[in-house]
Amino acid sequence: MLADVAGPVLIFIAFLGFWYWLSYHGMAERRRFLVPPLHEVIHDGYLDWRNFSVMLKALWLTTQVALWGLGIAIVLGMTLAILMSQGRWIERSVWPYVVALQSIPILALVPLLGILFNYSFNARVIVCIIIAIFPIINNTLFGIQSVEAGHHDLFTLHHTSRLTRLRKLQLPAASPAIFAGFRISAGLSVIGAIVGDFFFRRGDKGIGILLDQYAARTTTIPRLYAATILAGALGYLVFSVFGLLRKAVIGKWHEAAEVPG
Amino acid sequence: MGVVAKDVGPVEGPALKFDRVSMVYPDGTEATRDVSFSVEPGEFVTIVGPSGCGKSTLLRIASGLLDPTGGSVEVDRQRLGYVFQDATLMPWRTVQGNVELLPELHGYTKGERQALATAAINLVGLNGFENHYPKTLSGGMKMRASLARTLTLRPPVFLFDEPFSAVDEITRMHLNEETQELFTNEGFAGLFITHSVGEAVFMSTRVLVMSARPGRLVAEFDVPFDYPREPDLRSDPQFAELSGMVSAALRGAYT
Repeated sequence: MLADVAGPVLIFIAFLGFWYWLSYHGMAERRRFLVPPLHEVIHDGYLDWRNFSVMLKALWLTTQVALWGLGIAIVLGMTLAILMSQGRWIERSVWPYVVALQSIPILALVPLLGILFNYSFNARVIVCIIIAIFPIINNTLFGIQSVEAGHHDLFTLHHTSRLTRLRKLQLPAASPAIFAGFRISAGLSVIGAIVGDFFFRRGDKGIGILLDQYAARTTTIPRLYAATILAGALGYLVFSVFGLLRKAVIGKWHEAAEVPG
Repeated sequence: MGVVAKDVGPVEGPALKFDRVSMVYPDGTEATRDVSFSVEPGEFVTIVGPSGCGKSTLLRIASGLLDPTGGSVEVDRQRLGYVFQDATLMPWRTVQGNVELLPELHGYTKGERQALATAAINLVGLNGFENHYPKTLSGGMKMRASLARTLTLRPPVFLFDEPFSAVDEITRMHLNEETQELFTNEGFAGLFITHSVGEAVFMSTRVLVMSARPGRLVAEFDVPFDYPREPDLRSDPQFAELSGMVSAALRGAYT
């Protein structure tokens, strides 16, 4: 228990020490502005309400984009995976396109989506869905397909309908894999929301646009750090929420093999 | 028990009848050849045979999970109990939830399900473990839960596919005693598959010996002991003699 807390705290202190050393000694005089000390970041970014309110507003927008994107990716991805699990031919027909979607660098699609959807909220959500949907499809399908043969036999013996088999066997059996997919996608959805925003450079300001603007001038560099930390915190928060959700839903019978969320 | 399973009517003729059943898998493996035998109501028949002799194939054919390439099986598949080699419990369900599964799949109401499950859990002695998840149970307890699950529907015919092969010797003996006790009290017809001679002789009314692949029936032994059988039957000279004869037949079956 102590080690659980002490370890991360020690690393945090070491990290802060390194940061301050970099700010005051590590960087050459003329480049020092690139690494402002933490208190300057806090002062400029979080304690100055004019700056902080801009960031919070942008963060809220990014959060909405990420959550919509993630939500739609979950519904769409699971539906697609369930359909694919119902027939080999469906799986074979759809799978190449799922892989293709996953393989296209998201940055190659962003400009296209921007002009097609007029740099709107929806365009950002679509970027998010594209980046977040693959782990959902992959994990749901993999989970459903790895149901034990003996369990299938049991359901076959009792002449169970497809729907009952899906509800009472395949989805519960797949749930650990599905929740693992949720968590990966949760992190990706935040990345997607920021990436879309960052490269659109127009429309309502999310945290991505702010990052772009703050990086443009030397005086706003402390705010760049502040906004980056906020974006990271958002990603961590969404990731953790899905970790807790996993624990609440299947924690009683399934132990996570991964790091605690 | 106060709870009556649905669709129970009188049975006429054998509970289970194999008529010259042959199975050749698509890859050319000949699993069984011309296997014929019957299990009468109130009989507990065990098939012993070397590993890979097609014993389990017979059960899969009997249950309809597999179609034979030759011959036929007569059995009422609506009322068939199947105990698998693994406990095949759902890890996301508690013992109670697992035992309720079959009545649930057959559309019983919640109240009926609970009553059936409670009765079955009592029969296998898992009272007090209703709310445990499978991961917290020992191998023997998992097998008991699996037995209870099959018992809920009170099937008149029970198929056992080497259910106790993965538990330790002492647990296996206990489970053998409990199974013959269930057989004594419930009066189902049983077909049990195993490679353990002691297990076969202890529980059965009749032991069939199967040859190495392709599996054929090569010997048959009637077991004369009365039910319920006591654990110390195992040290009875007659038990030892019969086991010896079955073992000899089994040794012959390997060649």
